[in-house]
Amino acid sequence: MSVDEKTVRRIAHLARIAVTDAEVPHLQGELNAILAFVEQLGEVDVEGVEPMTSVTPMVMKKRADAVTDGGYPEKIVANAPMSEDNFFMVPKVVE
Amino acid sequence: MTDLTDLSLAEAREGLKGRRFSATELTRAHLAAMEKAEALNAYVLATPDKALAMAAESDRRIAAGEAGPLEGIPLGVKDLFATEGVRTTACSAILDNFHPPYESTVTHQLWRDGAVMLGKLNNDEFAMGSSNETSAFGPVVNPWRRKGSNVKLVPGGSSGGSAAAVAARLCLGATATDTGGSIRQPAAFTGTVGIKPTYGRCSRWGIVAFASSLDQAGPIAKTVRDSAILLRSMAGHDPKDTTSADLPVPDFEAAVTRGVKGLRIGIPKEYRLDGMPAEIEALWQKGAEWLKAAGAEIVEVSLPHTRYALPAYYIVAPAEASSNLARYDGVRYGLRVPGKDIVEMYEKTRAAGFGREVKRRIMIGTYVLSAGYYDAYYLRAQKVRTLIKRDFEQAYASGVDAILAPATPSSAFGLGEKADASPVEMYLNDVFTVTVNMAGLPGIAVPAGLDAQGLPLGLQLIGRPFDEETLFAAGQVIEDAAGRMALPEAWWA
Repeated sequence: MSVDEKTVRRIAHLARIAVTDAEVPHLQGELNAILAFVEQLGEVDVEGVEPMTSVTPMVMKKRADAVTDGGYPEKIVANAPMSEDNFFMVPKVVE
Repeated sequence: MTDLTDLSLAEAREGLKGRRFSATELTRAHLAAMEKAEALNAYVLATPDKALAMAAESDRRIAAGEAGPLEGIPLGVKDLFATEGVRTTACSAILDNFHPPYESTVTHQLWRDGAVMLGKLNNDEFAMGSSNETSAFGPVVNPWRRKGSNVKLVPGGSSGGSAAAVAARLCLGATATDTGGSIRQPAAFTGTVGIKPTYGRCSRWGIVAFASSLDQAGPIAKTVRDSAILLRSMAGHDPKDTTSADLPVPDFEAAVTRGVKGLRIGIPKEYRLDGMPAEIEALWQKGAEWLKAAGAEIVEVSLPHTRYALPAYYIVAPAEASSNLARYDGVRYGLRVPGKDIVEMYEKTRAAGFGREVKRRIMIGTYVLSAGYYDAYYLRAQKVRTLIKRDFEQAYASGVDAILAPATPSSAFGLGEKADASPVEMYLNDVFTVTVNMAGLPGIAVPAGLDAQGLPLGLQLIGRPFDEETLFAAGQVIEDAAGRMALPEAWWA
């Protein structure tokens, strides 16, 4: 499978990465090189093989559903590019 | 007295214990070496004030008889590990001036045991790369050069700063991470020892995530023993990482002198690649002979799905990366580029903040996970991954204790040498290491000799799950047979 320019723009938008017109053909070439490389997986007989979900056989630990951390909003927003009253600030999303 | 930076970690530990020098003196010697080594660009941030304060604390604890297992040992930290109050960037412009309000579990345990932090080490952006050339801080220069040449070489990646700093004696050991070979390949390129432990051995909490089912932390050090000492402090169960293994941490250092008598070491025939340099083949052979001479039995094993590991990796890793890196949106931390609405702000921020390799991988990951392609790519790759793991399980079930392979298909290459190559060519660097991540196994790279150009080459040992001890034992046999790697002269100072 290979991707065309339109698909490159669609993927970029899904990934929320702005691409310029000049970048598209270059990205297309690189993505197609990678997709051509992974194409060889098509040769492998995977009939009846379970997809891997965990690399080591372990039961995921669970803990009591209780608050164990928190109470320091000022630390949470300390690295934010824009914050006010311990809230993250974003451009208006609701009209 | 010899230069304190020439000591191994174990030797420095003895010196501190015998009060032959203080932790402050040891730290000052490394800070001075770091100042003279800026040309290598191994550190992206030096923290001399913090280092000296920690060293003074260590000296106090040593005097009080309260020394921890790593008391006073100066270390470098890959910039992928969150360090409380100390800038952490994953060497990406998108994290900008991020100062974590918390400490990663692995580094926390190192400081708990008395180690001293010298600073943060360069790496490929978000650990995506095999040459340390994708860092937003610029490339790291390998302290090794070809005989009679001053061409700058890459240190490998993504833990290129860690490997270069250890080889250049700018720390006694360093933390690193390995998603597809990022500890073992740079260790091999710099004549240092690097171990990627079993998935789950070290907590991933507080380490900037790349591909969560593959990422593991481990040390890079000057000797096998040093790497065993460091791993013991780094490893252990952490309730904050649900994939961390709730198993006791063995005394890895005790395993170093165990030897290989009676062990069966497998040689995977599928690792004999077409066009493999004769020097790599010869070194591999020599490694097998060394282990045999030390009492191991050498047997051929088959890992039939080996050649599919790299293509499967280049689906699984970007898929996980595209998901993990969704968090860099210009809202909670790091860079923000304004836009007319929130989507444009996201898109502009991510376009400006991510480097080319990172964008490429996010886009591949986005594509293979997108509607209509998930089964053909991601699901198939995860099935292939099951087969890769099964290959190893069958080899170990047949009675093999560890597997011997080359660490890399070549020695270090020149800076910029692969700039015009297709991304796939760079990915081929990881052909011998990536299988180990796909199967979640431990792997160690140990320097085993020099090539005709005078550059180090490494051998890799792959172990059973949670059997790092056998790797340290066999790694020491290789180190003893090859002789401890003489690190390069300080041409940069």
